[in-house]
Amino acid sequence: MIEGILIGLQTALSFKNILMVMMGCFFGTIIGMLPGLGPMTAIALMIPITYGFEPSTGLILMAGVYYGAVFGGSTSSILINAPGVPGTVATAFDGYPMAQQGKAGKALAIAAYSSFAGGTISAIFLLFAAPSLSKISLAFRSPDYFALMVLGLTAVSAFSSKGQFLKAMMMVILGLMLATVGQDSLSDITRFTFNNMNLTDGISFVLIVMATFAMSEALTIILKAKDPSRATEQISLSQLGSIKLDKDERNKMLKSIPRSSVLGFLIGVLPGAGATIASFLAYGMERNYVNEEEKQKFGKGSVHGLAAPETANNAACSGSFVPLLTLGIPGSGTTAVMLGALLGFGIQPGPRLYMTNPEIFWSVIMSMYIGMVILLILNLPLIPYIARVLATPRNFLIPLILFFSVTGIYLMSFNNFDIYLMIGIAVVATFLRLYNFPMPPLILAFVLGGLMEENLRRSLLISDGSFNFLWDRPLTAIILVFTISIISWQAYKSFKK
Amino acid sequence: MRISTDKIISLLFFILSAFYLYQTYQIQVFSFDEHAPFNAKTFPTFLAYLGMFLSTLYLLLPERQPSKVDHKVLDYKSTLYLIIIVTIYGFVLLKAGFFLSTSFFLFFSYYFLGERRWIWMLILSFPFVALFMFLLHGLLDIYLRDPFLKMLGIIG
Repeated sequence: MIEGILIGLQTALSFKNILMVMMGCFFGTIIGMLPGLGPMTAIALMIPITYGFEPSTGLILMAGVYYGAVFGGSTSSILINAPGVPGTVATAFDGYPMAQQGKAGKALAIAAYSSFAGGTISAIFLLFAAPSLSKISLAFRSPDYFALMVLGLTAVSAFSSKGQFLKAMMMVILGLMLATVGQDSLSDITRFTFNNMNLTDGISFVLIVMATFAMSEALTIILKAKDPSRATEQISLSQLGSIKLDKDERNKMLKSIPRSSVLGFLIGVLPGAGATIASFLAYGMERNYVNEEEKQKFGKGSVHGLAAPETANNAACSGSFVPLLTLGIPGSGTTAVMLGALLGFGIQPGPRLYMTNPEIFWSVIMSMYIGMVILLILNLPLIPYIARVLATPRNFLIPLILFFSVTGIYLMSFNNFDIYLMIGIAVVATFLRLYNFPMPPLILAFVLGGLMEENLRRSLLISDGSFNFLWDRPLTAIILVFTISIISWQAYKSFKK
Repeated sequence: MRISTDKIISLLFFILSAFYLYQTYQIQVFSFDEHAPFNAKTFPTFLAYLGMFLSTLYLLLPERQPSKVDHKVLDYKSTLYLIIIVTIYGFVLLKAGFFLSTSFFLFFSYYFLGERRWIWMLILSFPFVALFMFLLHGLLDIYLRDPFLKMLGIIG
């Protein structure tokens, strides 16, 4: 492991990669601050740029963007009560009241320190957990992988559906259907191409991400521009206040950080859970831990209430890399985007990545820590300046998002058809989002579609067409029990209402 | 009886799944693969039936949380304009080249969204695209097709 850490440090500390982490953190922070644009959009916008880089450099840039975007989301949550990402919704519960009390600087500083601590502690967990999990995951066979993918898709649907599980499951099927377009990987038979040559290679992953997130987000913002419930308040940047914390505030923060880090990391490791669930659970857990007097302050500017979700969402970000790097199965929508990018580089994440590409495996883990340090150094002094991005007028922002989306596709294929297809999918996605059909399950299903079919193929061929493979191996059966539990829980919840 | 838009969408999803199933049966697999435990049709067939099952379930079960969309506050006109502008941009991008098409796309998008600060509109279109092209083409060596700039001899 020491050798691996040294390899990782050597790669991550090269001038180029440090520059990439810095750029990633900076641009991620700016994009994450813009309401509605989350890490998934930020990473999607970076994919075309990373294609010219080495895989480790590209991944390091994307990891920087990821952390930057999560922190950026906190900034808009605290300053204008408009979370840039779902993972920072809980941050607004106490961050925004603090800002209203003229303590925006302190709130931003608490967010920055908590993010740093949460990310750092969970990066250490990742350091130890990832290699051990890699070894364990070598025991996984095709039926286990298939079952695990079904579990991941079910879990993402359960957590992202906001009580509309069936809608999320329909999006999963739609994502899987889109993944079957093009040549079958084994027999090379073309499917669902309607004799269109442009579809022979299937639909590009970047195209789907750009259409369902970046472009659809831009269209949604325009569509809802006159909706009074979405009107955001502009804060006077002269009211940021001091960023220095007193002893009492530091003590409160120090109490919240360790427990929220552990919780965040564990939640992040679970497929489908991610930063949003982690931050809400940490907020709830913290409220139960503090005394009655502190409990009354929750929702009115509590330091505990701000530090806990901020720590947990960053810890969950590191945790979500565990299933991606060790099993090759993304635990969240954002890591699904990163998996797509990895496959684009010709790298198949999974248990063997640790052995075949140690420089990638370790440099990503090491650059996470470096990213945390840079995020803190970069963001604390720049808080007043970065916050000015929030003042970017919508009339300029939307065309620029559309421009980056179209350019991303144009640079990949130099083909009009892909641009039209992207516009078409974006229009459908905008309409679906309007009626609360979630997009993360669709993305995850699209990314996993090929792998899922391949593992189902192997499992069915081994078992000679019998579905006994689902319960023959104890591991497969256990994973399926989890999946059935999630479905039953969702069914119980919807009937209880 | 009023049927909610959510249910209409699930009905459309049912039709899509049925169409997908029909297309699945049109896939020509190799004769030796026809009765194999798994062929190119197997996975899509599962998906089609699962899609039909889920949409039927949504259609039949009582709706507890129907989505509420206030169409009066939605700005369909500006959204439609923007979609048309992006489609035109996609159409002319290969013909007119990156620089002109992107610059005009950005300029007209700002205008249609109600922006009237002409100096900012100009700065964030023509010079901005030139800078972006310099970054991609000049520094990162990423090819950008542009017959107009090629004609002027600016790019090779």
